[in-house]
Amino acid sequence: MSFYFAQLLTGLANASSLFLIASGLSIIFGVTRIVNFAHGSFYMIGAYLSFTLVTKIGSSVPGFWLSVVLAAALVGVIGLLIEITVLRRIYRSPELFQLVATFGLVLIFQDITLAVWGAEDLLGPRAPGLDRAVRIFGQPIPEYDLALIAIGPIVLAVIWFLFHRTRWGVLVRAATQDREMVGALGVNQTWLFSGTFLLGSFLAGLGGALQIPREAVSLQMDMSIIVEAFVVVVIGGMGSVGGAFVAAILISVLNAFAVLTFPQISLVLPFLVMAIVLIVRPYGLFGKAGSEHRPDEEPQRPLRTLTASENQFVLGGLLLLLALPFFADSFTSILLIDVMIATLFAVSLHFLMGTGGMVSFGHAAYFGAGAYAAAVMVKALGIGMLPALLLAPVAAGLTGLVFGWFCVRLSGVYLTMLTLAAAQILWSVTFQWQDVTGGDDGILGVWPSKWASDDTVYFYLAFVFCVGGIWFLQRVTHAPFGYALRGIRDSRIRAESIGINSRFSQWMGFALAGSLAGLAGALFAFAKGSVFPDSLGVANSVDGLVMVLIGGIHALFGPILGASIFVLIENWVTRLEFWRFIFGAIILLVVLVAPDGIAGGLIRLRNALIALLRKEART
Amino acid sequence: MFKRVRIISAFATLLWLSGAVSSAKADEPIIVGEINSYTRMPAFTVPYKKGWELALEEINAAGGINGSEIKVISRDDTGDPATAVRIAQELVNKDKATMIFGTFLSNIGLAVADFAKQKEIVFLASEPLSDAIVWSKGNDYTFRLRPSTHMQAAMLAEQAAKLDAKTWATIAPNYAYGKDAVNAFKSELKRLRPDVEFVEEQWPPLFKIDAGSSVRAVEAAKPDAIYNVTFGGDLAKLVREGSLRALFEDRDVVSLLTGEPEYLQPLGGEAPQGWIVTGYPGGAVETPEHKAFFDAYLEKFGEEPKTGSLVGYNSMIAIAAALKSAGSLETDALIKAFKGLDVPSSPTGPFSFRAADHQSTMGAYVGKTGFVEEVPTIVDWVYADGADYLPSEEEAAKLRPAE
Repeated sequence: MSFYFAQLLTGLANASSLFLIASGLSIIFGVTRIVNFAHGSFYMIGAYLSFTLVTKIGSSVPGFWLSVVLAAALVGVIGLLIEITVLRRIYRSPELFQLVATFGLVLIFQDITLAVWGAEDLLGPRAPGLDRAVRIFGQPIPEYDLALIAIGPIVLAVIWFLFHRTRWGVLVRAATQDREMVGALGVNQTWLFSGTFLLGSFLAGLGGALQIPREAVSLQMDMSIIVEAFVVVVIGGMGSVGGAFVAAILISVLNAFAVLTFPQISLVLPFLVMAIVLIVRPYGLFGKAGSEHRPDEEPQRPLRTLTASENQFVLGGLLLLLALPFFADSFTSILLIDVMIATLFAVSLHFLMGTGGMVSFGHAAYFGAGAYAAAVMVKALGIGMLPALLLAPVAAGLTGLVFGWFCVRLSGVYLTMLTLAAAQILWSVTFQWQDVTGGDDGILGVWPSKWASDDTVYFYLAFVFCVGGIWFLQRVTHAPFGYALRGIRDSRIRAESIGINSRFSQWMGFALAGSLAGLAGALFAFAKGSVFPDSLGVANSVDGLVMVLIGGIHALFGPILGASIFVLIENWVTRLEFWRFIFGAIILLVVLVAPDGIAGGLIRLRNALIALLRKEART
Repeated sequence: MFKRVRIISAFATLLWLSGAVSSAKADEPIIVGEINSYTRMPAFTVPYKKGWELALEEINAAGGINGSEIKVISRDDTGDPATAVRIAQELVNKDKATMIFGTFLSNIGLAVADFAKQKEIVFLASEPLSDAIVWSKGNDYTFRLRPSTHMQAAMLAEQAAKLDAKTWATIAPNYAYGKDAVNAFKSELKRLRPDVEFVEEQWPPLFKIDAGSSVRAVEAAKPDAIYNVTFGGDLAKLVREGSLRALFEDRDVVSLLTGEPEYLQPLGGEAPQGWIVTGYPGGAVETPEHKAFFDAYLEKFGEEPKTGSLVGYNSMIAIAAALKSAGSLETDALIKAFKGLDVPSSPTGPFSFRAADHQSTMGAYVGKTGFVEEVPTIVDWVYADGADYLPSEEEAAKLRPAE
């Protein structure tokens, strides 16, 4: 019995750590609707700053706690500066566009941290006065764990006080529910947002700083925590700090007991819990309906078909692409294969997000499903390359049917997070199921058939499938089915009132987008010759998301631009020292110059030029 | 009209681009491609890079290979196998690399090895530990330098067999390396000591260990000894939570790679004492070859070499030896040269590449963790020659896929 009590305490100590970072994320999302990937970076920087301070002044009890608070405060200021210089300029961008900016920030912070603190892990001192274990019912419990168990509820109480007993807090809660209304009442939203960001970053920094006595500070801290923090926020209900607290306890305590009997479960546990909670309670444990949407943005303009001259332009571009292998060296063909595959992937995600209005954080699941399906068919079943290329999209589409059935029952951010959970569960299965998928050693030797093994031949093969896939999705977008999806996106109620079965249409749209992503994945498998779980990982999903958003979600050619530019820049920039900083800076620059994506920026540029020409013609 | 001009100018640009790739001439340097996870795993790959840079400088200063310099084109794979394959394609197709070396993460090593087989180019896998690279997924074009998971686990099992401990618990990160390391250790130890029993296994996710819970789970099983495979941040957490909860008191601990400075030094004053580990004792190795390497490295970079530095240095001298012995830049000649290649002198002593499974016999240092002048390092160490911990060449050949 005493053993299990001690295990419970261990879980609770972990819960406090997790709660601190998740609470900040939840507060920031609640008010600003920003999905802040950089939150993990704030956590990491908090840990590094606190390491530096603690080793300088933290040998005494007050010195240690002063260092922790100081580090958190510094992180809060960094967060504030970022809000003022970057995020404030893009609040009016399309939904979720801000996450591209935070993605850029993550890259920048990674290189800054590396440059300042070096590559080696840093192990700080233990907390003075709390550096031993005490016996509780005969079981050794670290004193610092007990301190953490106390800190979690204290922070929760302070936040509660701030939000319920101060004017600022009341306004923040009001803004969480209805931003427009708060603005209409004359509250200066700008400073409300800045204050929220400061508080959220402070909490992330505090979470990181408090880890010093428990773990070594490392450059992996940002990525290892951020996804789990999102999970906690979603389980608790977006914007609900109390919910985040309960969710953190739920996950940590479950994990503490699960490792006793089934140690491998840690890999997937948070995502399993999230999936189950979302299926049972579509708005998380304490979330409210409607809390997932931000105020209506301007309705999108209806899509139009291309004019004759635009068609010619597209055709010319395709012909040029077709002619390229004759002029360029063979590596250019290889690079262009990657560009085409990324484009097909991005276009399929855009179909889901732009046309279908369903944002996916887990689109790589279908890309990976296609890649693995092709690899298994070729290696284990002995099916040829061409049939595998045709069957892989079917497999990915079926995966989309299964996961989509659950996902389309939710909306907004909750749908998004369920796609993430689905992808992570699939990733874990792939990772663990060594007999079929090879685990993280992957499946090797998935090369094209002999006739297509030449890079130029494979280029044309990829060209046919990718351009064909993209053309097909554009056709679908302009077909009645596409109109139905767009109708549901803009107004579900009106679409249903004219007889569209909204759930069924979305479900089919989900599966269709999945199968085309699967086609991209299968082409990818043959281009690289091997498949690894990375192909269905979060990083791949986020890459796709960034491609779509940076290209411009409101234009059909946005994802094409976004994917091409993303792959080409990445291919070039990784040759440089500190390339993550440069890449991040480029992304930030694009975000600031074109807050509606590259496509939006180009359209504005064209309109401005036309206006200028007309004006000149008139004078 | 305007459109046509644009198309023509685009074509002209393309022609110019394709002209830029010139064919290699005889007196030009020998191009060797290099790929590693420089941004994903900088703590391990940067010392490795310094190691091969030092060797490269020495080789070229001594006249290169039959008068031609070696030129290394080094690229960052960003930690992603697909990117690594694309870079390998560029190195081979565009930069006309004679061969490729490098990689740290096992899956990237496997991806590039498979690419090498497909494109028929020699690949020296410097750092990845996975047994699959030379055995179950081995191929004609891939060679591996570093002592593999199996070899290092076997070195530790030999020491573990001498202990009284009967019941064992294992803690390993839940991915291929961790599983290989546990399986190899189990089978080797069972072979030497049929009476031992494995009573508990913990499989925390890589770099996400919930150390408190794992420690308590191991404690609950009350094993006589513990075999640890975690490293990096996971190891630091495990050591801290474990010593707070008295897990390591009166227990033998055998730990893979923990004696490497990359993993041991960050633990500082809290580094465990008396753990049986594989690693690298740094300046304590007093052979003249190692002293020369150690001093030159210290002089050039202002810091002591790490295990990665040793691996990087040995990679480069092995490549130089193979190029010299091949006398040609053709892949077939290079494979022939690498098979059975003897490197008579290196900082770790002589080693060779086995013809049957393409594994080098470079060994590792086995000892106990301890402190020398307050810096954690390994003490009471011996150099374990890799050749002694590999299955015979006939047995190893059977582990490889039939061609």
